Amino acid sequence: MDLDPLLLSRIQFAFTVSFHIIFPSFTIGLAAWLAVVEGLWLYTGRRVYYELARFWTKIFAVSFAMGVVSGIVMSYEFGTNWSQFSNIAAPVIGPLLAYEVLTAFFLEASFLGIMLFGWNRVPRGVHFATTCIVAVGTTVSAFWILSANSWMQTPAGFAIENGRFVPTDWFELIFNPSFPYRFMHMVTAAFLSTGLVVGGVGAWYLLRRRNLPHGRIMVAMAVGLLAVLAPAQLIIGDMHGLNTMEHQPRKVAAMEGHWETKTGAPLILFAVPDQEAQTNHFEIGIPNLGSLILTHEWNGEVHGLDQWAPEDQPNVPIVFYSFRVMVGIGLAMIALGLTGAFLGLRRRLFESRWFLTVQALMTPLGFVAVLAGWFVTEVGRQPYIVYGLMRTSEAVSPVPGGSVLATLILFVVVYGIIFGAGMFYMFRLAKKGPEADQGEPAHGTPARPLSAAGDAAAPAE
Amino acid sequence: MEFWLPVIWSVVIAIAVIMYVVLDGFDLGIGILFPFAEHDQDRDIMMNSVAPIWDGNETWLVLGGGGLMAVFPVAYATILPALYLPIIVMLLALVFRGVAFEFRFKAAPRNRWWWNLAFAGGSTLAAFAQGVTLGAFIQGFQIQDNQFVGGPFDWLSAFALLTGFGLVAGYALLGATWLIMKTEGALQDWTYERTVPLMSVVLLFVLAVSAWTPFLENTIHQRWFSWPNIALLSPVPIVTALVLFQLWRAVNLRREIQPFVLSIALFLLCYLGLGISLYPTVVPHTVTVWEAASETSSLIFMLVGVAILLPIILAYTAYTYWVFRGKVQPGEGYH
Repeated sequence: MDLDPLLLSRIQFAFTVSFHIIFPSFTIGLAAWLAVVEGLWLYTGRRVYYELARFWTKIFAVSFAMGVVSGIVMSYEFGTNWSQFSNIAAPVIGPLLAYEVLTAFFLEASFLGIMLFGWNRVPRGVHFATTCIVAVGTTVSAFWILSANSWMQTPAGFAIENGRFVPTDWFELIFNPSFPYRFMHMVTAAFLSTGLVVGGVGAWYLLRRRNLPHGRIMVAMAVGLLAVLAPAQLIIGDMHGLNTMEHQPRKVAAMEGHWETKTGAPLILFAVPDQEAQTNHFEIGIPNLGSLILTHEWNGEVHGLDQWAPEDQPNVPIVFYSFRVMVGIGLAMIALGLTGAFLGLRRRLFESRWFLTVQALMTPLGFVAVLAGWFVTEVGRQPYIVYGLMRTSEAVSPVPGGSVLATLILFVVVYGIIFGAGMFYMFRLAKKGPEADQGEPAHGTPARPLSAAGDAAAPAE
Repeated sequence: MEFWLPVIWSVVIAIAVIMYVVLDGFDLGIGILFPFAEHDQDRDIMMNSVAPIWDGNETWLVLGGGGLMAVFPVAYATILPALYLPIIVMLLALVFRGVAFEFRFKAAPRNRWWWNLAFAGGSTLAAFAQGVTLGAFIQGFQIQDNQFVGGPFDWLSAFALLTGFGLVAGYALLGATWLIMKTEGALQDWTYERTVPLMSVVLLFVLAVSAWTPFLENTIHQRWFSWPNIALLSPVPIVTALVLFQLWRAVNLRREIQPFVLSIALFLLCYLGLGISLYPTVVPHTVTVWEAASETSSLIFMLVGVAILLPIILAYTAYTYWVFRGKVQPGEGYH
């Protein structure tokens, strides 16, 4: 059997990065939310906020741990599987990753300890500051890694010398053309995904008539967030799309399913793209709307995939379907947010069981949208690893296919176990809820006398 | 500049690597000692002694790896493919070790053994894989045109296995002396008892690796045994012997902090010896720090960040250690 190290390395990287991205998406949003809730506790003195903070911190810890361990894998996979890329792009990518470690990873990892274990060891204000620092750290981390990713999509501020990418202007390089849009789009996506989880768990509590004060706060805050950010995300996404059309037109052509360059292009709602025949089957579209959205003109010209040879095109079906999944979920979030806001204004939010049921069912959809969005942008960049400049096939390590297959199987098995266990524990924590949790010590271990976990007292000053 | 930048950076990367080895070394050592503890409550304390800080400790591994890519891309792009299997195994072992911190306290009591196994097995395997990596690294790789051209099992050798087991023992010693410092009562007594035989094992490994290394490569032999090097470098083994002797005394005198400090000193001295053997190559025996270095502008851009941020990182790392100072109490934790 002929094992292709390139294909296997791509599958392995796609698998490990898809697994990884779920957790930072959640921790970026959750850390910010925890900072808000803890701040509300300090400001209002209401115990329900303290209980919410303690409760969600536990779920945060599980997610964070999975994000950390799967993230370390990524930082080494650049070398183990993509050594040619590392060697050629290191002068550009290396410093961005180094700055991520120096400005974000250490910050998050060090203060996480105090955030989780320091409730009784530092004053309340210091603990709150710690939570804020962790929240800032997660976002700063996103800043650098998205800058690096964006550079691979829309390279800028560099020259090619002796076969290497060499930085010429750090500002242009870091703030490369797609970075501001990608950063906004991703951070907003993280907030929305977290909002769906927090709101979904809250809705579930209200449906089960448990943890009512906590559930109401969770549902109300999530609805407020979705009502504002979900429509905002539509606008940010549109801007990101226009930016992509300017710099990576073939990605947009694949997203839209446009094979032919034409004016007054339709907006294709559904189709079965056929890469071999370079055409769509069963196409359903709205005339001219594609041009209107992409060019903001009724008869604007839209580039089709016919501008590029088939071997220079990305995999159209993956990009096309993923894009529709992402947009579909985005629209559902807008509907959820606006409906919830409407019900809230009419004071019926907590009683509308059908709404709460929908909200509970939508809990995991943010992560599906995040993954679909990353499929769009990463598969859409192919066949290049650095868009237009370096092909993915030129990037792979000189490692035999058998080795990569072996590690790919290991990754699938290990991540399967970890993911299953992590989900199980998070579910169980959510099921127990903030109220059930406050009274009892952890399994088998007596509560530390100082912590007074069972009493009404909040942590010591 | 062309000369000094790679030299300065090799020092920075070397610091990142030894910070990782010492800091995560004692975390992993706790995991290696984990199965031998007598009660599950002792295991709780052992784990809680490092639970608030392990994540920060492991971050030095990311700085070491990411830094290597950023600073010496040729080294990063040749060493990692050469060590493909042991590196991935180490990463997966660290996955199990890392999540065990969270999952063990969340598992039902009857399922807890599973995460005990994940923690102990992950820690031991990660330490072993790191030791194998070290041994294979010292032996060197088949390189042509800045690319690894050897086979997938080139790293597997008797020497690499020796350093693998040696590092497991060394980390266990770091973990044991950390526990002595962080515990009291019966668990501390237990740890003192285990530390004594552990020191003998570590001594044997230090001797074996030190005796073998010069015969791996002529350049290493020359470095240590040619005149006047042999005189100038003789303090290294002498001080190592003194440290080992004092460690022995400190454990027998039941000192609480000294054993940990001396274990770290032992690691630093072994590391210094390694540096003396290999300098100025970053891919041993083939690629020098100057040949492997990245673009000058990249090195300068990052050095500015390191100069400002590394002291800040060290300061808040010290702060978190200070917050969690003192003996670990039973039942401590947030779970």
